[in-house]
Amino acid sequence: MITVENLTRTYGGFRAVDDVSFTARAGRVTGFLGPNGAGKSTTMRIMVGLTPPTSGTALIDGRPFAELPNPGLDVGVLLDASAQHAGRTGREILAVAARTMGLPKMRVEEMLRRVSLTDAEADRRVRNYSLGMRQRLGIAAALLGDPAVLILDEPANGLDPAGIRWMRDLLRDYADEGGTVLLSSHLLHEIEVVADDLVVIGNGRIVAQGTKEELLAAAGTLVRTRDVAGLTRALSAAGIASSITGDGAVRTDADAEQVGLLAMDARVPLTELRAADGAGLEEMFLELTAESQREGNTEGVAA
Amino acid sequence: MSTSVIDRPVSKARVRGLRSTETIPTSRLIGVELQKMFNTRSGFWLLTGGALLSVVATIITVFADPDLSYGSFAAAIGAPLSIVLPMAGILAVTSEWSQRTGLTTFTLVPHRGQVIGAKLAATLLVGVTSIAIAFSVGALGNVAGSALMGQDTVWDISVGNALTIFFADGLGMLMGFMLGVLIRNSPGAIVGYFVYALVLPAAFGALAAFQDWFERIQGWVDFQFASGQLYDGGLTATEWAHLAVSGLVWLVIPLAVGLRLVVRSEVK
Repeated sequence: MITVENLTRTYGGFRAVDDVSFTARAGRVTGFLGPNGAGKSTTMRIMVGLTPPTSGTALIDGRPFAELPNPGLDVGVLLDASAQHAGRTGREILAVAARTMGLPKMRVEEMLRRVSLTDAEADRRVRNYSLGMRQRLGIAAALLGDPAVLILDEPANGLDPAGIRWMRDLLRDYADEGGTVLLSSHLLHEIEVVADDLVVIGNGRIVAQGTKEELLAAAGTLVRTRDVAGLTRALSAAGIASSITGDGAVRTDADAEQVGLLAMDARVPLTELRAADGAGLEEMFLELTAESQREGNTEGVAA
Repeated sequence: MSTSVIDRPVSKARVRGLRSTETIPTSRLIGVELQKMFNTRSGFWLLTGGALLSVVATIITVFADPDLSYGSFAAAIGAPLSIVLPMAGILAVTSEWSQRTGLTTFTLVPHRGQVIGAKLAATLLVGVTSIAIAFSVGALGNVAGSALMGQDTVWDISVGNALTIFFADGLGMLMGFMLGVLIRNSPGAIVGYFVYALVLPAAFGALAAFQDWFERIQGWVDFQFASGQLYDGGLTATEWAHLAVSGLVWLVIPLAVGLRLVVRSEVK
């Protein structure tokens, strides 16, 4: 289990991580979601003791990471698959890590097989690895000590679709066996498939968190019609806020029955009426992304 | 996928809490650091190249030096070694930052001081071994060379002088290590080393040549000048004091500052 409490990290006047609290539970895959530069990597670096926090704590099963006697056996970490010595072979990198943890050499071969790196690939220098191969090597290094907790920063980056599927199954199995998995991504769809719990971060602050079901259920109703103007008029006349999604549908927090009745009274023919299923989450996420890409951040994200 | 934890079969294999109980011994880390010095292409060729250079230097000495003695071999082999060893000391530290391997190293061992200590020990082990090999190669060259050239074999380095040469090479290596810890960037630290080892001594030398007052205090402020005496051996008490004072300023204090930065800085 990972417990993060009131974590803050500032750089000069800039709050990269701003009062972040969440828990990644055992037996669950927790998705840490946010646009680039939202503070995901900084939070993860603080968790594993690479970056000192300005205030707050991050604990692994109740203990600070730096106090674990041999952390590789408890926590598997992959922060950046490219952060390896380019002149070392994949096998050497695993051998050095295994030796540091005090593991037998055969563990290296087991892990190479587990991540499907061939002998020839393992003997190549990392300089000549594709990003996908580096990710596999990084996963192998993280799994080496058979830890109960995995902390992975954008592990699906650079993997092909089959690789992404493989990664998803691996993490699912890991959590099903009782492990704690925290993985970050800036892609909602990538994380939606595998995560049980979601923590959404933007501009250093947590903007939403809960089980995936909760977050998806809270997403409201999605309506389609050829008469969008008529529908929004009817909704606003009834005091119901609505917004138009990217593909021309109308999304509102009101439930489907209420929307259907209002549409009938206003004689607006509907072509689709259903629970939004994550459309709200996606919208919130897009808003976050758009905001972080604009110069001079504007207010308006619900905390 | 809307299955929840409850209806999913949980084997509980990983519900076991923390299992690491024994801390990682420093002796193991020294072994790991030694392995890391040799298992990269750059590290391997740096150290192998150093060994090859000492053989080449020995052969050149046999044919180029009319008056063969152990001293001439020691000087010929020592020159390339005194460049290679500090480089090895620099790279042992800086590659963690320049190649970003520190992300892995310092998550496997969060106690950075312990890692740096292991690196220092590994660096010194490599240094002492290399110098011992260089002395042996030089001795072989001296015996074989004098026989080949039909001269008497001359042993003109005392045991005491050999020890001070060891010490001088060790200090050079520490200098590289210190710059690595302080600068934490491979090209930067290597440039820093050449400034330290070549530019500064030249500047101090010029100053001493033109300013009498500086010549009188040069031993106290010029570390390269003070440690250079070690190669000739037979240091006076004042010369040892010169070495201690200038070493404190140019080596010990920057090393302490660098260690403090390493322990507190952010690893990215």
